[in-house]
Amino acid sequence: MSIAFIAEQSFNALQLGLMLFLMAVGVTLAFGTMRLINLAHGSFFMLAAYFYAWIIAKTESGFAAWIGALAGLAVLAVVIERVIIRPLYVRDHLEQVLATFGLILIFNDLVMMIWGRDPVYVPLPDVLSGHVMLGEIAYPTYRLVITAVAIIIGLSIWYLIARTRTGGLIRASADNRAVVQALGANVDRLGAGVFALVAVLAGIAGIMTAPLIAVTSGMGDAVLIQSLVVVIIGGLGSIVGALVGALLVAFVEVFGRTFLPMALGSTSGFALANMAIYLLMAMTLIWRPFGIFGKPQ
Amino acid sequence: MTKLPLPIRVGIICIAAAAIAALAAFGDQTSLRFASRIAIMGLAAVAVDVVLGYAGLVSLGHAAFFGVGAYVTGALALIGHTEGLIVWPVAVGAATLAALVIGALALRTTGVYFIMITLAFAQMFYYGANAMPGLGGADGFRLPFRSTIGGMPLDDPRIFFLLCAFLLIAVLLLARRASFAAFGYTLRAARDDAIRSAASGIENYWLRLAAFTISGAIAGFAGVLSANLTLYIAPSSVLSWHLSAELLVMVILGMAGTLYGAVVGAAIFLTLVEIISHYTDFWAMYVGIAVIARVLLIRDGLLVALRRLVTT
Repeated sequence: MSIAFIAEQSFNALQLGLMLFLMAVGVTLAFGTMRLINLAHGSFFMLAAYFYAWIIAKTESGFAAWIGALAGLAVLAVVIERVIIRPLYVRDHLEQVLATFGLILIFNDLVMMIWGRDPVYVPLPDVLSGHVMLGEIAYPTYRLVITAVAIIIGLSIWYLIARTRTGGLIRASADNRAVVQALGANVDRLGAGVFALVAVLAGIAGIMTAPLIAVTSGMGDAVLIQSLVVVIIGGLGSIVGALVGALLVAFVEVFGRTFLPMALGSTSGFALANMAIYLLMAMTLIWRPFGIFGKPQ
Repeated sequence: MTKLPLPIRVGIICIAAAAIAALAAFGDQTSLRFASRIAIMGLAAVAVDVVLGYAGLVSLGHAAFFGVGAYVTGALALIGHTEGLIVWPVAVGAATLAALVIGALALRTTGVYFIMITLAFAQMFYYGANAMPGLGGADGFRLPFRSTIGGMPLDDPRIFFLLCAFLLIAVLLLARRASFAAFGYTLRAARDDAIRSAASGIENYWLRLAAFTISGAIAGFAGVLSANLTLYIAPSSVLSWHLSAELLVMVILGMAGTLYGAVVGAAIFLTLVEIISHYTDFWAMYVGIAVIARVLLIRDGLLVALRRLVTT
């Protein structure tokens, strides 16, 4: 067990953590601003990857694929918000769960109808397919770049929420939607904007992850549930909580998969590694039922 | 509690009785298997309704209890234990224990937290089962034998269906009895106004935990029966979170808070899936459209819509 190996695993965990953060921040913002629980968040992750794979196969331009996939996703998100989500803001969580579950079923089948059942492989951009020497570790350039991009996006979200007028409105309507509306802000448009924003964030995570995994129908489900675990641990509605939760989950996930099979033998170690983040969640819940940074409702 | 007018309720009972009698007399293997599935999923949907309709909690994790019931039955069958009078209580007991532990943690919260936590814990069982090579891992495994009851085999689909129907009716009657006992009234009081019920000396947490645990036991029982019906168990079929969501869909397709509404919902849901899957492989998409239409357009469930038609 060399230091270099641990360092490499730490980089992997950091990268997974930042991807989970991009997803979890969307779950937490949608709940914080609109009291919405959106299970279809994982579908945005999946759809962006499919859009990207499709456009890049047609045009062979990574830039066009990025812009096209995210623009398509934003338009789709605005339409979904207007038609299906907006009537649900005032309804109870059960109906939000069911309607967004319906969306998952539709999107999972739609991508299979359009792009087939076989996994779609997304090529790595040529410039980024090499390795960078970090000390004595050869680390894939692509993973390094997406880590950097995720950090930049994370900082931009923080700036948007904490320092701009729009961010102020988002935070205010999280506290009291009715008062913000009474003060003359258009909370409907704000809701649509936030919904499109979180869809694009999930889309960015999906596109950046696509070359590392196979793009398949249902790929969003697993990511959705991981990001729910992040939000449960970090506390619903808290952006700092989403970051801390994402990094905790990612480190437990990556190091659990590496070390538990070594320590306990492959069978029970593998089983425990599969369950590790949920055990982490259970322990957090015993300690703080509403998450580390969460407030009881 | 929402109550349906007498004619509708009598109508449902008559249709159900006629269906059971007709199936017992003339049912072939296919229809008996399908009817058994409706009874089993109806039982699981009743379990969800106990928590949803009476305690007012949205559980997105009932697949865990269903799956534990099925997996314990299957694992015991693999090592040669098939006597239902021993295996079934053990399997239901395991599901009950799982519900007690998950409930104890999840019930410290309410609302969205409760939904997400039950979902996440169920997913823990899913990934756990995926990583058990002794039980087939992600591919699942085939049960070598059906359970027997007191040495009597259940291989005749007619006997198996009648057993499922009998158990479903027994659970419905027991749950209905409990809902009119102090337990049911206090549970609804805690649902409608938690602060007042706590002030009247009701222990909301323990009450909800009791309801959640009973519900888990019922779902586990459904899992036991399901393992015996299909003789095949895989994480994706008995522990998937889609199953949990589908159970919620069944409950709201009928009517939450009536128990038998969950069975009606299960029958509607499974029939719908059966019909659509004859025409296309992408039946899930149409189920999704139906669910969204139900939430946005009908709002109260099909039985309430039926009541509106009858009473106006």
